[in-house]
Amino acid sequence: MITYILRRVLAAVLLLFIVSVVTFSIFFIVPRLAGATPETLATRYVGRAATAETVKIRAESLGLYDPVVVQYGNWAKGIFAGAEYDYGSGVEQCPPPCFGYSFVTNQPVWPELKDRIPVTVSLAIGASLIWLVGGVATGVLSALRRGSVFDRATMGIALAGVSLPIFFTGLASLAIFSYWLGWTAPGGSYTDFTANPAKWAYALILPWITLAFLYAAGYARLTRAGMLDTMGEDYVRTARAKGLAERTVIVKHGLRGALTPIITIFGLDVGLLLGGAVLTEKTFSLPGVGKYAIDAIVNNDLPKVMGVTMLAAFFIVFANLVVDLLYAVVDPRVRLS
Amino acid sequence: MTRRTRAWAAGVLALTLGLSTACGGEANNDDNNTDPAKAEFNAALTKVFNASDKTGGTMKIANAGDWDSLDPGETYYGYAWNFARLYGRSLLTWKTEPGEAGNELVPDLAEGLGEPSEGGKTWTYKIRKGVLYEDGTEVKAADVKHAVLRSTDKATFPNGPAYFEGYLNLPAGYKGPYKSKGVNTDSAIETPDDYTIVFHLKAPFGGFDYFAHMPQTMPVPAAKDTGAKYRQHVISTGPYMFEKNEQGKSFTLVRNPKWSKDTDPLRKALPDRYEVSLKVNAEDLDNRLLSGDLHLDVVGGGVQAASLSKVLPKPDVKAQADNPGSARLWYTSITPQVAPLDNIECRKAIMYAADRVGYQTAFGGEFAGGDIATTLLPPVIPGHEKFDLYPVGGDNKGDVAKAKEALTKCGQPNGFATGIAYRAERPKEKALAESLQQSLSRVGIKLTPKPFPQGDYFSQYAGNPPYVRTNKIGLAVNGWQADWNDGFGFLSQIVDSRVIRETGGSSNVSVRIPEVDQLLDKAIAETDAAKREPIWTEIDKRVMEEAVILPGVYAKSLLVRGKGLTNVFVNQAYGQYDYLSLGLQ
Repeated sequence: MITYILRRVLAAVLLLFIVSVVTFSIFFIVPRLAGATPETLATRYVGRAATAETVKIRAESLGLYDPVVVQYGNWAKGIFAGAEYDYGSGVEQCPPPCFGYSFVTNQPVWPELKDRIPVTVSLAIGASLIWLVGGVATGVLSALRRGSVFDRATMGIALAGVSLPIFFTGLASLAIFSYWLGWTAPGGSYTDFTANPAKWAYALILPWITLAFLYAAGYARLTRAGMLDTMGEDYVRTARAKGLAERTVIVKHGLRGALTPIITIFGLDVGLLLGGAVLTEKTFSLPGVGKYAIDAIVNNDLPKVMGVTMLAAFFIVFANLVVDLLYAVVDPRVRLS
Repeated sequence: MTRRTRAWAAGVLALTLGLSTACGGEANNDDNNTDPAKAEFNAALTKVFNASDKTGGTMKIANAGDWDSLDPGETYYGYAWNFARLYGRSLLTWKTEPGEAGNELVPDLAEGLGEPSEGGKTWTYKIRKGVLYEDGTEVKAADVKHAVLRSTDKATFPNGPAYFEGYLNLPAGYKGPYKSKGVNTDSAIETPDDYTIVFHLKAPFGGFDYFAHMPQTMPVPAAKDTGAKYRQHVISTGPYMFEKNEQGKSFTLVRNPKWSKDTDPLRKALPDRYEVSLKVNAEDLDNRLLSGDLHLDVVGGGVQAASLSKVLPKPDVKAQADNPGSARLWYTSITPQVAPLDNIECRKAIMYAADRVGYQTAFGGEFAGGDIATTLLPPVIPGHEKFDLYPVGGDNKGDVAKAKEALTKCGQPNGFATGIAYRAERPKEKALAESLQQSLSRVGIKLTPKPFPQGDYFSQYAGNPPYVRTNKIGLAVNGWQADWNDGFGFLSQIVDSRVIRETGGSSNVSVRIPEVDQLLDKAIAETDAAKREPIWTEIDKRVMEEAVILPGVYAKSLLVRGKGLTNVFVNQAYGQYDYLSLGLQ
């Protein structure tokens, strides 16, 4: 088991390294291959009426005249050993993990990114709990009442949930519940949990439900299909023949068998969301990692793009690792292979 | 409607999710405007709407993007300059009055306007006594000098305006007060006493008062200057100071107890507090503004296209809106460096064939886009004169016959092919490229739309001369907003051939007229505004004669007055509401 864990952890680290090299290459090498010079790249990060001299000074201060390998080395070194940064009025230490400084605002990336993680975690955890409970419960009930009005209605809604984009359902729900009925907080109302838990929940309830609606739909359909399969299995018939209560048959035998693929997908979905629920955060103006990523990309802010990519990759790789390890716990054959 | 029925309705709506837009709009129908002043369209355009001296309240403000910088030494957006006056005092500022008076510079930190000497090469300002920072220390001339000098350090503040380092007579190789510590800078700025500051320029510049109004002249105490980190906590000299600043998320201003109205005749300082949210979803921001949850969209660029239908067709909502023009022109550069546009007649063919109504429609129509333009200078800029060198008839849809005539003179009777560049992220520019493609095809001019990323648009593509020539990009969709309402602020970066760099990056893509460069120099040296303005007009006409710029629209925006705001009026200098005067009911 320890060898298996070590193997998976090493693979995860290697994957993160590859992601960093590929991302860095996309933003730092590809433009060069397309003919961009340090000056043309630096033009993005100066004011609109900048002189040629200003552009050169900027290219120099961003290290764009250094070979790309040196630039990557400096960036990677900062993560493990920290870096120094000249604020003009003095040089300050950027402690590890230092993901560099924004090309646009000159502010360190990591503190800003770290500040946004609780928002995204709050969103992801709350929404995932709602969709897991709601989706699985709906799927089980639909499977047990196959062909009923409830089954058809919930599966119809589930189809709508999967089909409708979050920026539509999000804006629609804001218009209805926040601005018309006044039941929920308007967009951009996020408050830290530590500052005021009630306000935190009030601000997030609508994003949670909207995001959960999107995911719950898929989980309901998946659970329903899984339950229909397992409830037809011989061991379920045997359980019934043994005289077990119907609830025990459904929960302990039917649902347990149907849950394995759900847990796998749940782990991956939560990992993806922790890397930034981009559209949800944008729609509800939540200052999370996803919104940070959009701004970084729109502004061509390369250190921010690198930071957020590495963070998202970390969450996804970590979620994969957890799923892999859970597999090994659930199914010993995985360890052996 | 009872609570129960509403709940039912909500349930049905939530399930169908189809009536969202209608609901968003309905929200406004329930509202009864209780403003004492008469609410009508453009009520705050040229007069004060809902005048009141009531103090108190929290003003809720949102920005769909991030602030470029709160540091007065680096900020470079019009709305940020408008807003910065709440926490900082520059030497001069714009008069806080509606109508044309807003275009007048008045003393703020200074006691009066600049006094020129040496034919406009030296400018002297006297600073008010008794102006205090938030920590209680008094503002001195040396602080203004430090503020201006630090802004010239472009390694630390690369995004700010570059006027001071371009015009001040700084020592050779000077890199700002951080890197060139101890260097004597009296050749550029002198402070003979604590309340006098003297600027020495390399050459006469008649419009130096415009420089003095920029936030770069807001004082910064050297002892508390933290360089690029200063934006995290700017030391206030205005009526408000920073209570909290979460970069990229929000910030809060509260009253500065050290500010005194005795030293500040301009500011009303009515609200107790300002809460500013950043990076708010633009569509949601409009909904919140219309529903009364927000008081102000601070960017002042007008509502989103999707919200126009929630404002214009509804009389009660439209009555809360204003439609000001700004010092922005949307235009298309016509590059003589790409054949056959090196022939003026081929350029004239484009001027005649373009559908001006199509241009206006592409940019959002009369209210959200602006008025059809026939000159470079927008109407709000002194020196603007209405003329049309390429009249196309009353319908403004182009004159095909004149265009064909010009093509024949150009030696291209059947038309020609060329590319038109636009910024891929901007749907309005794409719509314009398609509109021109359609209207110019009527005379055989075949345009190939070429979208480019906006981040590299001028540096690598449309503003990069070798790229333009090699890839035959004859036309480039362009736009410019003056840093201030003056011919220099508007024209210097878009018609001066000397700002064009072969390595790219300039907004001037097509204008290389030596005579225009000379006229610019002449206007710059002129200290008498009344004599400067006719020169701007002359430049405008000269550029139009060469047919190197196809004017599109003088930009306008549809602003919504937040519910409960008092003292609302458009300051013409900014083309948006005057943020110094706003209060709450």
